[in-house]
Amino acid sequence: MSDINARLSQLVTDNDVVLFMKGTPLFPQCGFSSRAVAILDHCGVAYESIDVLQDMEVRQGIKAFSDWPTIPQLYVKGEFVGGSDILMEMYEAGELQQMLTEKQVARAV
Amino acid sequence: MAMPAAEIEALIRAALPDADVVIEDLAGDGDHYRARVTSPSFAGRSRVQQHKLVYDALGGRMGGELHALQVLTAVPN
Repeated sequence: MSDINARLSQLVTDNDVVLFMKGTPLFPQCGFSSRAVAILDHCGVAYESIDVLQDMEVRQGIKAFSDWPTIPQLYVKGEFVGGSDILMEMYEAGELQQMLTEKQVARAV
Repeated sequence: MAMPAAEIEALIRAALPDADVVIEDLAGDGDHYRARVTSPSFAGRSRVQQHKLVYDALGGRMGGELHALQVLTAVPN
């Protein structure tokens, strides 16, 4: 249990933007994950994606780590931002773009 | 796996009695829902905290029995 928490902690600190999702950005396996990918792509930021379907330990572990029951989950600079509903609310309000700019996240190339 | 909209609404209202709750059945299949929850209890809380209050109200069903529930939260004007 502590091993997986250490691993997740490492993942979200080693990468500025991490999306835990079902499937991959090219082949999302769930509508909510697909929406999160679309939002990040619109924002034009570089991000690391983790396919939880490929790793049961991460799939279960991330829910406890974030105290959040669903996938996808977005982390920016080590901080939990939310799931796809929150990303959509923030994106529509312009808050997500503002936060990514303020945190000086690298742009996608 | 499906859960009636009225049951979702009742669970949220039981935990957040001051909330205005609107449940939409997005696909007409009793499985894909959107819950709009407006409550004074959300004031001063982050979006994550607001959503957690709703998830707590659903008592662990979120992500399991309720795998396709969109949640939108707001503070009344």
